[in-house]
Amino acid sequence: MVSRVEVHPGRYHDSVRLMQASKALQEVAGVTDALVAMATDLNLSLLADMGFDMAAVAAAGPNDLLLAVRAENEDSVGAAIRALDDALAHKAAPAGGLDAPEAKTIGGAADAVDAHIALLSVPGEHAFVEAMEALDTGRHVMIFSDNVPVEHEVTLKRRGVENGLLVMGPDCGTAIVNGVGLGFANAVRPGPVGIVGASGTGIQQITCLLDDAGVGVRHALGTGSHDLSEEVGALSTLQALDALDEDPAVEVISIISKPPAAPVAARVRAAAAECIKPVVITFMGENTLEDGAGEILRALDRPVPSYASWDIDQDDHRPGTVRGLFSGGTLRDEARFVAMPMLGEIGTHEEDSGPTFIDYGDDEYTQGRAHPMIDQTVRIDRLESAAADRSIGVILLDVVLGFGANADPATELAPAILTAREADAAVVVSLCGTARDPQNRDAQAQALRQAGASVWLSNAAAAMEAARLATTRSST
Amino acid sequence: MSDLTQLLDTEPVVATAGTDMLADSLTQQGAAVSRADWRPPHPGTEAALAALAADGRMREANATAIARMLAVRPQLVDVAIAGEVFPDMSERTLFHAGPPVSWDRASGPMRGAIIGAMLYEGLAADPDDAAARAARGEVDLSPCHHHGAVGPMAGVTSPSMPVAVIADGSGDGVSYSTLNEGLGKVLRYGAFAPEVIDRLRWIERVLGPVLSATLRSRGPIDLQSLIAQALQMGDDGHNRNRAVTSLFLREIGAALVDGAAAPTDQRLEVFEFIDSNDHFMLNLVMAAGKLGSDAAAGVTTSSLVTVMARNGTDFGIRLSGTGDEWFTAPAPPVDGLYLGGYTEDDASPDIGDSTITETVGLGGFAMAAAPAIVGFVGGTASGAVRRTLAMYEITLTEHPAYQIPMLEFRGTPTGIDAARVVRTGVQPQINTGVAGKVPGTGMVGAGLVEAPMECFAAAITALAETVR
Repeated sequence: MVSRVEVHPGRYHDSVRLMQASKALQEVAGVTDALVAMATDLNLSLLADMGFDMAAVAAAGPNDLLLAVRAENEDSVGAAIRALDDALAHKAAPAGGLDAPEAKTIGGAADAVDAHIALLSVPGEHAFVEAMEALDTGRHVMIFSDNVPVEHEVTLKRRGVENGLLVMGPDCGTAIVNGVGLGFANAVRPGPVGIVGASGTGIQQITCLLDDAGVGVRHALGTGSHDLSEEVGALSTLQALDALDEDPAVEVISIISKPPAAPVAARVRAAAAECIKPVVITFMGENTLEDGAGEILRALDRPVPSYASWDIDQDDHRPGTVRGLFSGGTLRDEARFVAMPMLGEIGTHEEDSGPTFIDYGDDEYTQGRAHPMIDQTVRIDRLESAAADRSIGVILLDVVLGFGANADPATELAPAILTAREADAAVVVSLCGTARDPQNRDAQAQALRQAGASVWLSNAAAAMEAARLATTRSST
Repeated sequence: MSDLTQLLDTEPVVATAGTDMLADSLTQQGAAVSRADWRPPHPGTEAALAALAADGRMREANATAIARMLAVRPQLVDVAIAGEVFPDMSERTLFHAGPPVSWDRASGPMRGAIIGAMLYEGLAADPDDAAARAARGEVDLSPCHHHGAVGPMAGVTSPSMPVAVIADGSGDGVSYSTLNEGLGKVLRYGAFAPEVIDRLRWIERVLGPVLSATLRSRGPIDLQSLIAQALQMGDDGHNRNRAVTSLFLREIGAALVDGAAAPTDQRLEVFEFIDSNDHFMLNLVMAAGKLGSDAAAGVTTSSLVTVMARNGTDFGIRLSGTGDEWFTAPAPPVDGLYLGGYTEDDASPDIGDSTITETVGLGGFAMAAAPAIVGFVGGTASGAVRRTLAMYEITLTEHPAYQIPMLEFRGTPTGIDAARVVRTGVQPQINTGVAGKVPGTGMVGAGLVEAPMECFAAAITALAETVR
């Protein structure tokens, strides 16, 4: 064992740096003890406690630096002394460390930019606390998350009404506020229509049809899929309806929902009747989204066009039933509503037989993967299975474009469509999008058509076409 | 009645929490977006957080509590004798740091300080006798925090010790702390050698009376003003108190020199003692914090943390809205730098009431103000700044007087919200000293520690019970 004690007169370092230096020296291979410190009485007594020879430090004072090392051999002592210079040399701090850390709550993130809208997609069980914080700090809230307990939804919406703040959701997939899409939304032109919608894809379909007719949207306020339930009592719908009625830039208001409970429907109709502006109510199952778009256009004295389609002759397809592979629940429901008079009862689960329209956006099929508007894997697989299933003659699917959706669904789906067409199955696509969507509706339509599908902007029209194809072939 | 004009008439400025995809699509559209780095709350606290959010009174309660904490104006008015100012203190009572603890469960430094205080008070003949008597329950142990007092490290306060008296210049509150003994082998770090006891006797005989006379001659000292200045001179108020101690010496300087009440040699000793102890003011900064913390206590439904304190065995906290209840977890080890040949093997778990500084926006919460001690955060000034910045996420406000030059004189993050701690998983950052675990050792190092999450989870669960 070798030890060395040195005094460096007048070499001052603060105690923290010296403790770091001691630590660095202790980590040198072969070193058993090390002390780097100013020669204060306290440190001198520490040195004595450590068993070092005190002769060398007899004259040292608090302004002198002490260095004491005990190691297995001279080489280690030398290495420790060299390490001291490194440890005490000034090291520049890494640059750019002064940015504030990212906020961890919705309130913190909102404060950072003085946001007035909070968009939440945290797991449903946690959405309530964040949403309440947003409401208590004066922010409107959109809750994309589902699985929020209904009593929490009611509490949130009551607090929103009290505070003059809108709660869109839970389970609100789509909103357009002042031309900005929140959640899944299409790039539609600005215009005079104000929409209140309990269905995300319902809003997307109507806004895309209006856009195709040259009519734009001022706001589309989502309310979440449970807003028109008896428990929630249309709290957000009524609030949004009032606001749109007062917005001078809105000329016609549209309400979109699945058919609500009778008392809630009555309340909504009564509130709509009180509005100054015309209100078009589309309760799906009573009429179609295409009907709703038509009514809005008529209320604006605008012609109702025949909506865009990219048709192709598939009349020689193989006979068989229709299989619908949907990513949008509302689009699936509308297609069923439209096709049922022609096809009879239509199943909604994979196990069902006969014509079957399945919503692959349902929880049942999304475990562990993204929504089928983003991740096409499951639908591509089912498209291939349907192509191989000779009992199926017609395959109907929706493709939803816009912000938040898959960047190029046509390219991903094309090979499977081609496979189906080569097996003589007909393929009909309901394509929901606009020319200004990031994916470009027309380019997507061309790619899908090139793969052999007939493509329709109107979901109702696509469903009608699928039903026509199926009934035409089965009756010959 | 609708009031959605702001929503409908302004360009969306959106804060997001959850999937990045939704924020990305807003960015793609050119909208202003601020993303939260959201994570689920501490497991098991979901229902409590939801109950408090649904109840809705917590926000206003917290505003009330923090306003009370910030309204106090701590003034050092006197130095008195502990046994004379604490009505509940008998000759056999010892106050100590942290939540309640028995001799059986007491840590090494806590036992060492109890032994030392018994020797000092003449309650035992020698250390072994003191330990045996303490084990038989011959002394009554009670937390400082139960008596309006705080003590650093072991925090042991006995009847003969002089205590600083801090009064509220804008209210009725009073708080107390012992006088700081200096570094090295000292009672608060669990040392009880004869030199330790001799120093305590000198404090009782000379330091206390001289300071008391000096204060009576010059009048009260505004501690908040001194602390505010010191933060701009490189102190954090916990691990660095060099600037505030220097300012204090200037404050009392003239009165000390002028003081005819004490002999010259005693006044010189007092000057030299304070001058040689960079931590002299720690105890007074702590007592100033205690004044604010006590003022903030007792606000129904408030999740403001009024106390964080450790006894070397347990780390405990109290909330404004949960009364006198302590929520404890095992005291964590300190991530430290060590003196001389000491290592983490020699260290006692976290100990002391000094976390009152972090509770009121100092210490680890003001780390960005103290570049001289950034070695504790890996040696970089930016690391210290990041540490302070992280604390804004879990605090209710920014201190109006305590400012950080490096952050453009932003107020320090002040008033820990236990609800935000469990929501974000961000633990309060503490700067602290480290005591040796063997009784009698004294100080072995200093470093950083994080307040245990379990305390905050239990506290929030209990707070939620109050609104059910």
